[in-house]
Amino acid sequence: MNIFRIFKTVFLIDFLTGLWIAIKELFKPKKTLNYPFEKGKISPRYRGEHALRRYSNGEERCIACKLCEAVCPAQAITIESTAREDGSRKTTRYDIDMLKCIYCGLCEESCPVDAIVQGPNFEFATHTREELYYNKEKLLENGDRWENVLAANIKADNPYR
Amino acid sequence: MEYLILLFSEIYKILYVLIPVLVSVAMIVWLDRRIWAFVQKRRGPNVVGPFGLFQTLADALKYIFKEIIIPASSNKIIFILAPIVTMTLALIAWAVIPFSEDYVLADINVGILYIFAISSLGVYGIIMGGWASNSKYPFLGSIRSAAQMVSYEVSIGVIIINVLLCVGSLNLSDIVLAQEKIWFVIPLFPMFVIFFISSLAETNRPPFDLPEAEAELVAGYQTEYSGMMYAMFWLGEYANILLMCALGSILFLGGWLAPIDTPLFEMVPPPVWLIFKILFLFVLFALIKAIVPRYRYDQLMRLGWKVFLPFSLIWVVLTSGYLLYFDLLPVY
Repeated sequence: MNIFRIFKTVFLIDFLTGLWIAIKELFKPKKTLNYPFEKGKISPRYRGEHALRRYSNGEERCIACKLCEAVCPAQAITIESTAREDGSRKTTRYDIDMLKCIYCGLCEESCPVDAIVQGPNFEFATHTREELYYNKEKLLENGDRWENVLAANIKADNPYR
Repeated sequence: MEYLILLFSEIYKILYVLIPVLVSVAMIVWLDRRIWAFVQKRRGPNVVGPFGLFQTLADALKYIFKEIIIPASSNKIIFILAPIVTMTLALIAWAVIPFSEDYVLADINVGILYIFAISSLGVYGIIMGGWASNSKYPFLGSIRSAAQMVSYEVSIGVIIINVLLCVGSLNLSDIVLAQEKIWFVIPLFPMFVIFFISSLAETNRPPFDLPEAEAELVAGYQTEYSGMMYAMFWLGEYANILLMCALGSILFLGGWLAPIDTPLFEMVPPPVWLIFKILFLFVLFALIKAIVPRYRYDQLMRLGWKVFLPFSLIWVVLTSGYLLYFDLLPVY
């Protein structure tokens, strides 16, 4: 042990340097977000909670082509459909098991009419499992609630599609 | 009737000390977490109440409503007794702490000896907790803790002898009044540093928090505790830390005395000065928690027995020699 090191040990130089750094860090801006009140930025491509969209006249977009059901790797989507009186094909049932879903975004990718989309919402935790078996009403309601954001996101991401 | 009046006036006096101590323990837990978070550039508890000040209250409420689990193989009586002992011992030591010249619960002649005895007994709560849990980690944690606290108490005792040599009295009020000319932190600065580090070890604070080293021992002697019993351990621990800060400020930083004897400083009531000094020491405690990595066990023992003890013993010889040579020994 040389003289310099003894000096450093006896006078707690390293310790005091650390203390000084800590005091300086104390007043710097924080790196963490004040979460429930302040949220991080989310990309328009963010794959969050699902939603079924409508046309502006209120008609459902979904044409029951079942591409999403076919492509879903987790087999989370179940669709049943009938022909309506005007001859168009519409879904009678559109269920997503959110517990099976792996949020890969392939359903959104495969949809020819931009009906099923994944929105920016990620705060849909529930108390029971049952609440996470989404049916058509729940998905359409999501679509109505998030329509503005969803449309904006699709538009923002359009150049890269 | 007279007896009752005496009883109630005593209880009133006790509550007058105890309630501020308990409230400040709650505040100090919040301050500790907050400083820790700020150094790491986090926000810390900031939701409950203004700046999160009532976080500890919320935590305490949570602990009260939690289930107390007593392990089947534990020694139940000792298991329940351990947190009670820890908390009681942490609180009764406050009886002799002088907040100002006449604001002290028990102005006994051997105040410093009393505090020393009580803080030595504090080991029992931890040993009892670790032993009665009848489980590996609490046992190892309590063994570590006992060894650590016993070794650092020796050096704290020797450091206190230094102060006592300069004062000539064991009464804490006398110790404070002896510092009217100069705080002992100036002539005995190395002793103050060693006292501070030893009190970190004595209260199981980082970097000497080996008894509850998460990575090795889960939570040390507290591992099997839950609910209110855990909260009592935790309260006792912080009351102990506060006590050590108070002791440090009384022994070295002039207790309730103002830094300079000017009319401006005289306007501030004496207990406020003591609180400022305790807070200063506590902020140092909290900052150290944030910056220093944990010691290895053998390093801890080496520091206690091979560095602090001989050094403080030599300093006792130096102090007494100096006082004797210049004929400064206090006479009472």
